Amino acid sequence: MMQTITLEDAVARIQDGASLMVGGFMGVGTPERVVDELVRQGKRDLTVIGNDTALPGIGIGKLVSANLVRKVIASHIGLNPETQKKMLAGEMEVELVPQGTLIERIRAAGYGLGGILTPTGVGTVVEEGKRKIEVDGREYLLEVPLRADFALVQAFLADYLGNLTYALTARNFNPVIAMAAATVIVDAEHVVPVGMIPPDNVMTPAPLVDYLVSRA
Amino acid sequence: MDAQTIIARRIALELRDGMLVNLGIGIPTLVASYVPPGVHIFFQSENGLIGTGPIPQEGLAQARLTDAGGRPVSAIPGASTFDSAMSFGLIRGGHVDVTVLGGLQVDENGKLANWMIPGKMVPGMGGAMDLVSGAKRVIVAMQHTAKGKPKLVRRCTLPLTSARAVDLVVTELAVIAFPGGRATLVETAPGVSVQQVLAATETELTVAPEVLPMKI
Repeated sequence: MMQTITLEDAVARIQDGASLMVGGFMGVGTPERVVDELVRQGKRDLTVIGNDTALPGIGIGKLVSANLVRKVIASHIGLNPETQKKMLAGEMEVELVPQGTLIERIRAAGYGLGGILTPTGVGTVVEEGKRKIEVDGREYLLEVPLRADFALVQAFLADYLGNLTYALTARNFNPVIAMAAATVIVDAEHVVPVGMIPPDNVMTPAPLVDYLVSRA
Repeated sequence: MDAQTIIARRIALELRDGMLVNLGIGIPTLVASYVPPGVHIFFQSENGLIGTGPIPQEGLAQARLTDAGGRPVSAIPGASTFDSAMSFGLIRGGHVDVTVLGGLQVDENGKLANWMIPGKMVPGMGGAMDLVSGAKRVIVAMQHTAKGKPKLVRRCTLPLTSARAVDLVVTELAVIAFPGGRATLVETAPGVSVQQVLAATETELTVAPEVLPMKI
């Protein structure tokens, strides 16, 4: 059953060296309060998995700037010069993954699949070291599942059981990472009574959520 | 008319009523401004939106409604939002009719390089590899040369974006198609001769029997 927890206690559960999936696209849909608390508590040697590293001062960019990240797995880092600088200086490892492949690797982990076959990356540097499998005359890359210790999710509405909805383009990676991590920590813009979110509108079902950060 | 406007106006004529279209950043974004009246296009933003509208007026931006660069956009009536797995399912699954992308180099068979310059610019491929691998039609919007050097080359020296060839390249000088997998000059911009295009191109262009004037 989901527990409501203070911000400080939620982040205290994350140990140094943990792997984190962080929702958001250029910081839109990233749980900023949780990120800020990670910086305040100075969690170190993190592996961060997310679409991008946003900008300095926004979302995952704050973790990068605070030197808390050992490795980033993302599709795009081009708008954060600090990530590029740290990568080129060898201070931080960066694994670049095509966006559609990244989200499918996360989905594969959450959906119990042994990997996915994608045409994306065939004939490019992305195929290096990967198995190629031919299906009906077309070549695909075998891309393996990607899971994490924690998913840090930003929802629009959460009810007291943990059912979630997301808003507009702030949805992005959030519902997918909520399936793929051992522990799911959610911050929601609004917490509403059970029943306020109609079943058809629930985007992440309650049993997937471990902790809801209290708004107090 | 400047180079970017020529390119954007010409590409807009490739779009047909009811198409699902994904525009990359840079020149491609400008294409939306030149869609002929009466033609309704569903523009996709890969962070999870179909029905992307113009940049909102000052004061009307909504923090959770952004484009793939994280900038505020509007959504037109009839828009829809979804997570990143569906967004890239739309792209990879062949549901996107046209994608318009920028280019660094295109080779004589239509292979595109547009995502990195080793040692100089390593932003990550973002969604580019999925778009080129999966969209029904790929159009490259780029200036004909960069600092005087041709961008239409025999072989790309930069890392490829996909093994799949693009369908059309539109520059401020010409339109190049790839019938039978060979770069072919099919249109020249107003006031530009076939000789001028050939001189600014490294690839040995096949010249179509009838080179048409570029409609802009």
